[in-house]
Amino acid sequence: MSPPNDTFEITEATRLLLYQSMLRCRALEKKAYDLFMEGLVQGTTHLGLGQEAVAAGFAATLRPDDMSFATYRGHNHMLLRGMAMAPILGECAARANGCCEGKGGSMHITEVAKGAMGSYAIVGAHLPIAVGAAWAGVVRGTGQVSLCFFGDGTTNIGTFHEAVNLAAIWKLPVVFVCENNLYMEYTPISAVIPVEYPAADRASAYGLERIIVDGNDADAVYQTAVTTVERARRGEGPSLVEALTYRHKGHSRADPGKYRPDEEVAAWLERDPLLVYRGRLESLGFPPTVLDEMEQLARAEAEAAADEVRAAPLPDPAALMTDVWANGGSEWRN
Amino acid sequence: MAELTYRNAIARGIGQEMERDERVVFIGEDIGAAGGVFKTTVGLFERFGPDRVRDTPISEQAIIGGIMGAAMNGLRPIGELMFSDFVGVAWDGIANQIAKTRYMTAGQVALPLVIRTANGGGTHFGGQHSQSVENWHMMIPGLKVVAPATPRDVVGLMAAAVRDDDPVIFLDHKKLYALKEDVPDGEIVDVLGKAVIRHPGSDVTIVALAAMVHVALEAAGRLAEHGVSAEVIDLRTLVPLDTATFLESVSRTGRLFTVEENPRLCGWGAEIASIAAEECLWDLDGPIVRITTPHIPLPAAANLEDLAIPSAERVVQTVLSQA
Ligand SMILES: Cc1ncc(C[n+]2csc(CCOP(=O)(O)OP(=O)(O)O)c2C)c(N)n1
Ligand SMILES: [Mg+2]
Repeated sequence: MSPPNDTFEITEATRLLLYQSMLRCRALEKKAYDLFMEGLVQGTTHLGLGQEAVAAGFAATLRPDDMSFATYRGHNHMLLRGMAMAPILGECAARANGCCEGKGGSMHITEVAKGAMGSYAIVGAHLPIAVGAAWAGVVRGTGQVSLCFFGDGTTNIGTFHEAVNLAAIWKLPVVFVCENNLYMEYTPISAVIPVEYPAADRASAYGLERIIVDGNDADAVYQTAVTTVERARRGEGPSLVEALTYRHKGHSRADPGKYRPDEEVAAWLERDPLLVYRGRLESLGFPPTVLDEMEQLARAEAEAAADEVRAAPLPDPAALMTDVWANGGSEWRN
Repeated sequence: MAELTYRNAIARGIGQEMERDERVVFIGEDIGAAGGVFKTTVGLFERFGPDRVRDTPISEQAIIGGIMGAAMNGLRPIGELMFSDFVGVAWDGIANQIAKTRYMTAGQVALPLVIRTANGGGTHFGGQHSQSVENWHMMIPGLKVVAPATPRDVVGLMAAAVRDDDPVIFLDHKKLYALKEDVPDGEIVDVLGKAVIRHPGSDVTIVALAAMVHVALEAAGRLAEHGVSAEVIDLRTLVPLDTATFLESVSRTGRLFTVEENPRLCGWGAEIASIAAEECLWDLDGPIVRITTPHIPLPAAANLEDLAIPSAERVVQTVLSQA
């Protein structure tokens, strides 16, 4: 593993932001789980519980006009771009108050105006899209960076290779972030790759640096994020980061995750990114009462959002036939 | 007014729009200095430079995903797929991502982009470089589908496609590249969803698209010798679909024929036939008849391919047999 880049100090304010970000992700997704247990979330949900440090570390480095692209397991990334919790949970429950008015569903959390450029549910689809968005930023001279989050399993699909290659030859401002949570759905990633690290061990094929970071350590992720995002912004091209992490729950709501050895789960739960960070903050002298209060606030925010969802109406039936076309409608004949 | 080939009309149409709007960019394989494998994009690279006219690697998924992302972030890109058969390689991007994202985000995402590709047969390239895939796209909600039949329409419909705020599949036809006609100078801009009557007639209505328009026109000329007056309608776009023009024509002629290059099942003519059956059945004096490529892959051998794709002679014989 590459040592964290410790050439710069992380400020107190940043540390509090990272912790608060992770607390809010955790509270949001626990609430998504609760709403599912209440029967309010139809369809499916894919939680990133346990992977919050990756989202927190990267989001803390971004400019408002930067663009984040994520997968169905993308609630945390979209939240930390500045989305409110209610439109996220509302979309999970496919209510009228959802960010896509209930027409996207839990796998498609999006708020373009905030740089939350979407959550994509066909594995690999968003990698070339993130590349194209970055290219448009270059053509328009905006200085935007495109962030693209995906799983370990995604490194085996063609779009990964096409997208990383194109970003590399065109030197585009993209940071590809592979969240290696060791499983692609139910299959261990080690069973389906001929190398040890699914993203990092492929980086050299595209002339990129091999970057592996402890994805459960928000400080380490943050330092890697600063380095790679700034490199992109300076016009020095893309990076491919592999963040080692673990999901606490199954792949999706229907999956109890029984294929994972108990000892493996227990070991990773001990390395829960929130526990790790709370310990660090306390050892640095942050008062536990302040940290407790932050946690309460995050929970209260999620509870209030859940209440909004419980009270929200179903989508208006008129929404069925809107927004196929730019004129707002769905007519196909003249 | 000057003579223009269908081939050169492609570069003229793209150039007209790139000149007008700097957000219009163009990417694809060998489209830059090489001018395209069919020489349809000659001169654009020299005119607009490598920032706006870009060669890509052989990465159809990256071309399609790339133009989607570029459209999400303020450009109005045109992406070329060398042969329309290659949409299969990038089908997720086209059918799942580009077509659906506006709807699935409740209108947040606008995708003003054009996918331009060389469609159709008659050039003996075999079954993976000759298909007419207009019907593949027609059946996906969220895609507009354009297939010009003349050099003038290539320019005007390209302008309409680029200026449209929705994703457009622009299918130029390989067999037509050498076709010439006099085309007015200056800007040409059409609207999507407007069919034209290419040849007026009073006995039968023949609806066609792209290369089949010329087959239908040749057939109409021969039918006249047999005393049958055929009206030939060029649909020009499948989505939006101009239903009014062919319904009005059928109400006058009482007979409807389609000439389709796509294989039989679920070809675009099936939709035309179903609309006519629902909306003007009582105007019809006989069955609606579809003239299509049989439901087979296209063979390479010239004599076999010529048998497969509708010919003027087949149209004439079919119409006469129904008269
Ligand atoms: C093209 C495609 N194939 C298969 C699936 C089904 N599927 C959904 S998620 C998933 C596993 C993806 O694993 P990974 O990339 O590691 O992401 P993670 O779920 O672990 O975050 C699969 C196979 C899909 N959605 N798209
Ligand atoms: Mg995984």
